[in-house]
Amino acid sequence: MTTAVSSELPVELQGFRRVQRLAYECAEAVAARLEPGVTEREAARMQREYLRERGVRDWFHLPFAWFGDRTAFVNFRIPLQFFPTDRALEPGMPFILDMAPVYEGHTADIGYSGSLGVNPVQDRLMADLEAHRELILREVRERRPLREIYENVDRLMARQGYANRHRAYPFGVIAHKVDRVKQRRFSPHLFGFGTQSLKGLAADALHGHREGWSPLWSPYRFSDHPPQPGLWAVEPHLGFRGTGAKFEEILVVTDSEDPEESAFWLDDDLPHVRRWAEEK
Amino acid sequence: MTLKGARERRLATGGVELCVAELGDPEAPTVVLVHGYPDSKEVWSEVAVRLADRFHVVLYDVRGHGRSTAPKPLRGGFTLAKLTDDFLAVVDAVSPDRPVHVVGHDWGSVQSWEFVTVGRTEGRIASFTSMSGPSLDHFGHWINARVKRPTPRRVGQLLGQGAKSWYVYLLHTPVLPELAWRGPLGRRWPKILQRVERVPAGDYPTASLPSDAAHGAWLYRDNVRARLTRPRPDAYAHAPVQLITPQGDAFLSERLYDDLEQWVPQLTRRTLPAKHWVPRTRPDQLASWIEEFIMSVDGGRPAPKATGRHADRFGGQLVLVTGAGSGIGRATTFAFAEAGARVVAVDRDAEAAARTAELSRLIGAPQAWAETADVSDEQAMEKLAEKVHREYGVLDVLVNNAGIGLSGSFFATTSEDWRKVLDVNLWGVIHGCRIFGARMVERGQGGHVVNIASAAAFQPSRALPAYSTSKAAVLMLSECLRAELAGQGIGVSAICPGIVNTNITSTARFAGADEAEERRRQKNSARLYGLRNYPPEKVAEAILEAVVHNRAVVPVTPEARGAHLLSRLMPGALRGLARVEPKV
Repeated sequence: MTTAVSSELPVELQGFRRVQRLAYECAEAVAARLEPGVTEREAARMQREYLRERGVRDWFHLPFAWFGDRTAFVNFRIPLQFFPTDRALEPGMPFILDMAPVYEGHTADIGYSGSLGVNPVQDRLMADLEAHRELILREVRERRPLREIYENVDRLMARQGYANRHRAYPFGVIAHKVDRVKQRRFSPHLFGFGTQSLKGLAADALHGHREGWSPLWSPYRFSDHPPQPGLWAVEPHLGFRGTGAKFEEILVVTDSEDPEESAFWLDDDLPHVRRWAEEK
Repeated sequence: MTLKGARERRLATGGVELCVAELGDPEAPTVVLVHGYPDSKEVWSEVAVRLADRFHVVLYDVRGHGRSTAPKPLRGGFTLAKLTDDFLAVVDAVSPDRPVHVVGHDWGSVQSWEFVTVGRTEGRIASFTSMSGPSLDHFGHWINARVKRPTPRRVGQLLGQGAKSWYVYLLHTPVLPELAWRGPLGRRWPKILQRVERVPAGDYPTASLPSDAAHGAWLYRDNVRARLTRPRPDAYAHAPVQLITPQGDAFLSERLYDDLEQWVPQLTRRTLPAKHWVPRTRPDQLASWIEEFIMSVDGGRPAPKATGRHADRFGGQLVLVTGAGSGIGRATTFAFAEAGARVVAVDRDAEAAARTAELSRLIGAPQAWAETADVSDEQAMEKLAEKVHREYGVLDVLVNNAGIGLSGSFFATTSEDWRKVLDVNLWGVIHGCRIFGARMVERGQGGHVVNIASAAAFQPSRALPAYSTSKAAVLMLSECLRAELAGQGIGVSAICPGIVNTNITSTARFAGADEAEERRRQKNSARLYGLRNYPPEKVAEAILEAVVHNRAVVPVTPEARGAHLLSRLMPGALRGLARVEPKV
């Protein structure tokens, strides 16, 4: 796995990387403050406050927090169930923090999985996510249709013995495009999603519809196209008997001919990647 | 009869002389086994020898039973207070420095409840395993609660237990019980136990039975009325308790233990599909549960905690699943693992089986193994069984799940196709039932066989002649085997899932189609099954339920239940449906 060295990164991407790092710092800081009895609502508020203090004014979506079997979206029927609840954290419980701040016009969308104390099942899930990160990058570089990559990720999950839980996201997406967002003084949000970002997504969807691609990477026919250049927030989410784990980070896709340059992870210095490196 | 290798001694206490037997290393943790009515310590002979290599096992004949002498006069000589004196005398003699682990069956459990709930034994008891004997105090409170608030359900529970207690009323009549036991009942009792309770024949009951039973009647007369009318209000257990409930107990309702948590702070529940005399009929299971419980108490760990449903039933049991590398087999292995069972995952694909076993360990299986075998290969199955029996033990539950799909018209199906599908789907089940089932029967301590048939077993279809034939055969095989094994306490269930989202479609053979066409159909049917999206986990749940309730035929998924109903009410409709050619 290679990533362009920071100095070579265009200024544009450096902005995205900055906000993604900020978001992961936030996740680690909040995770360190979690203790028994903290509720999902409180964890979501901690994330919001941390990022607001550091200058975040707009969101792709407001921070989420899922505890216990909600990390695997057990019995999720309607999208409202994604919002934080009063579920309190207990020792050994897995949790996932998911936030998408916009900072200086750059969007990040990250997912951070952890547990309060030891949770061997989630450790295993996290370890097994590495293969997914590699598979996605490899097949995007091969310019395979997104739908096919989605199915291959599905197959790998089934072989590992896990359930696909990103299917529970809106449109069952494993990834979606993110982009620059105009900074406005007033940035309302709709059902947890920032209106500016939704506008960008809608514009992309319209363009894509005319040109035969979609900003949503789904299992459906509208994703049956090669990877579209841009920034994709990729979020494979594994579930196993009431425990879930995911990572989410930005994959940069370019129209370069060189496979190495055609797709790369925006940043390789992230908590889950460091963890895998340590384990080796 | 004496226990093999037991060191016996006689202990004078409170006007009687008790016969105490000891097995095993006196340095090991001490387990005291207390027998019931009408029994003597020999009721534990099978369990005692199984525990003796890890524990210091102590058995004694309760006063008036076996080779212990009876108090004089009998009336008033069997009160729980005196039985507690006896117990303390035994414990002081065999384990003066360390608390003991108590195990009681029937009246042995009734009196052990007294031991574990009175103050003067505090610090002398490390743990208590109870089977088929409630605390008379808890029983009294149980009755009171139901009399005071007689909802229909509670009245039903009262009447149910009231009917099961018929013998208690009889034992309260004077003289007659003694006459019966010393006369015809005493002579016929061994045969009755064999026929009604399925207790294996042999050197149990012992020759002292008539006098044990006659003296023991005073256990009831001295205690039952007194305690049930005025139960102690402070009968809280001061040690961890493991409650083993036989589901088929003719004398005690399972409902008796519903409120037990309020009396026992650390309670571990176990249930067993067996009748009343579990120390005779299920010694292996009892020994393993007792051992596990004592180790967890002595190790300072809280009681074993498997989180899944039915952990009380499957904890520590040995379960083998074929085709455990994916789909229903894998989900079933996980469900058993979550219930605390030891699992053997068998699959053709070694890597997939290993994966299943590895994840099983993570979610609660105390032990999990992966084995590679093709179920259609008889020799491979023989070898597998030989290894399983040698290294892991005799199975408690066998799940014959491995199967393959085959679709296509009858005339497009070659004899090679037929052979393949029958080899796996039918012969695989036959081999499994025959090789593993035989050992279950031989052990004679029950078990369960689950065969995965299919809704296609009763829903004919022009598209699935070979597959449906194989599955119909599995269904009938299960029914016949169920009839044969019913007498041995071994249940057989046929599970008939409908359309379940597994990878059976992507490996299925489509007869009469070339390679490209076959791949296209595999993909399309996989997509259709994906749209239906019935998860294999739900089939796994149904399998566990089927084992717990010993169900004969279990259709899973609404379409399978519908087809099952139609096959009985309107078979014509199913025949009509069978003519439709599905478009994939």
